Amino acid sequence: MNTNRYLGQRIGERDAVISGIGRSVVGRKLGRTGLSLTVESALRAIEDAGLSRDDIDGLSTYPGMMNASPGMSPCGVTDVQDALRLKLNWFSGGGETPAQLGAVFNAVAAVAAGLANHVLVFRTVTESSAQTAHRRASVVGSGGDRIGGPMQWMVPFHAVSAANWVGIYAQRYMHDYGLSREQLGQIPLNQRRHAARYDEAIFREPLSMDDYLGARMVSWPLGLYDCDIPCDGSCALVVSRADAAPDLKQVVRIDAIGSALTGRNSWDQRADLTETAAHDCTKMMWARTDLTIDDVDTVQLYDGFSFLTITWLEALGFFPKGEAGPWLEAGESRIGIGGEVPLNTNGGQLSGGRLHGYGYLYEACAQLRGDATGRQVEGAEVAVVGAGGGPLGGCMILTKDR
Amino acid sequence: MSFQPLPDVTDDSAAFWQGGVDGVLRIHRCRQCSTWFHPPTPVCPECLSMDVGPEATSGRATVQGFSVNMQPWAPDMEVPYVVAVVSVTDAPGVQLTTRLVDVSPDAVTVGMLVEVIFQHVDDIYLPLFRPVIEPSEAS
Repeated sequence: MNTNRYLGQRIGERDAVISGIGRSVVGRKLGRTGLSLTVESALRAIEDAGLSRDDIDGLSTYPGMMNASPGMSPCGVTDVQDALRLKLNWFSGGGETPAQLGAVFNAVAAVAAGLANHVLVFRTVTESSAQTAHRRASVVGSGGDRIGGPMQWMVPFHAVSAANWVGIYAQRYMHDYGLSREQLGQIPLNQRRHAARYDEAIFREPLSMDDYLGARMVSWPLGLYDCDIPCDGSCALVVSRADAAPDLKQVVRIDAIGSALTGRNSWDQRADLTETAAHDCTKMMWARTDLTIDDVDTVQLYDGFSFLTITWLEALGFFPKGEAGPWLEAGESRIGIGGEVPLNTNGGQLSGGRLHGYGYLYEACAQLRGDATGRQVEGAEVAVVGAGGGPLGGCMILTKDR
Repeated sequence: MSFQPLPDVTDDSAAFWQGGVDGVLRIHRCRQCSTWFHPPTPVCPECLSMDVGPEATSGRATVQGFSVNMQPWAPDMEVPYVVAVVSVTDAPGVQLTTRLVDVSPDAVTVGMLVEVIFQHVDDIYLPLFRPVIEPSEAS
């Protein structure tokens, strides 16, 4: 009997591949509808895969249509299926998944189970346009209704923003391990350097340590540049049966998925306030692959807040627990393009825009395919993508087709 | 502060959200195996007994982590304020997100001993926390 709780009878994710990727225009206050952006990214992904609309028989998205939180998810399965008149054998849209990439994991599972051959996966945000409308995008509790579910334990105490919840984690990590603001600042500085090399990124002008330290505080110890940028945009990909992908030259293989949640599903009940779900799902991912951390050529890790990237790097094992600060001090030679572990080579969400997990996946595929013009990691063959923070996380180790 | 979202009270959560009517912080506990747990649910997460319910605590807690919020997230919000995760002294394993009051943000530390002070709004008694002023009893 297999005693590894993370291993089933087979590694079913290897039956599926990422056959195509697409991005809409991404920017601030684009004034486009979510559906318009989604159709743009979806048609690009289908064409990129060498498929046609009629080949798509599955559809998956995260977190599904959301009316209550402006701009967070302006369109769902229903809108896209109807707009493109897709003939589906399988579909899924929802937010109770292993963070943002859960919609990809669902698509992979559907393909591996034989329920679909080619699943279109998309994630669309219009948070920038929503911010300029009547109220702040994605702030819970601004609507006046009573609050149920997990948010009720935080929002009535004015812990309304993820900046507050992540701020508490960052404060405790600084307290326990001596992480400094200067060391944390290496992450936004790194992402800005990379954004300068990518003309699709939103903020590309140089960012200095003085700029970082001098910026206004949002929720101490997190300042303005520790927080990502709301944007408008859409990412899409096609997950195909490995033996049905039209163009094997550009296929990205999924070597292993980490979708585990073994700790508390909560921002405040984890026994160690310096650890997140990243510490759960990375264990599963490593248990399902023969690849090791030494094989990884680039990492694309969640930076909705700079500190969350530290939790991902630590959970993956790039440094021993608590040692993020000294590790990050090496800056560009550590996490830059051409460094030891090129991190968020498209500028991440901190400088590229909050595509909510899917920008990382798009970038990992671009790197593995050798398409990352101006920012290519030479010889990139293995990439790790991790998305989510706090109680939710999901990750994948991807490889170039060989 | 006029920005004050309130929780939706259920049978499970009523003792937590409304316990402050008599000044007591109540946390769910299993009557079979004595495990404390939060949020309140109808089942013990340890032994799966459904013989569970709210029990009174001393209302004391220890700061485990905090963040000083400077950003007004709503037009009628006063800043700065301190949000924190505190561990409830009598209920091992139970932590609460809360707001700290009657304390300067600069004075807050991990390990600081705090006590509950309820803010009454409508039918809700929000458990906020403030530093314990008198010397704590030897444990």
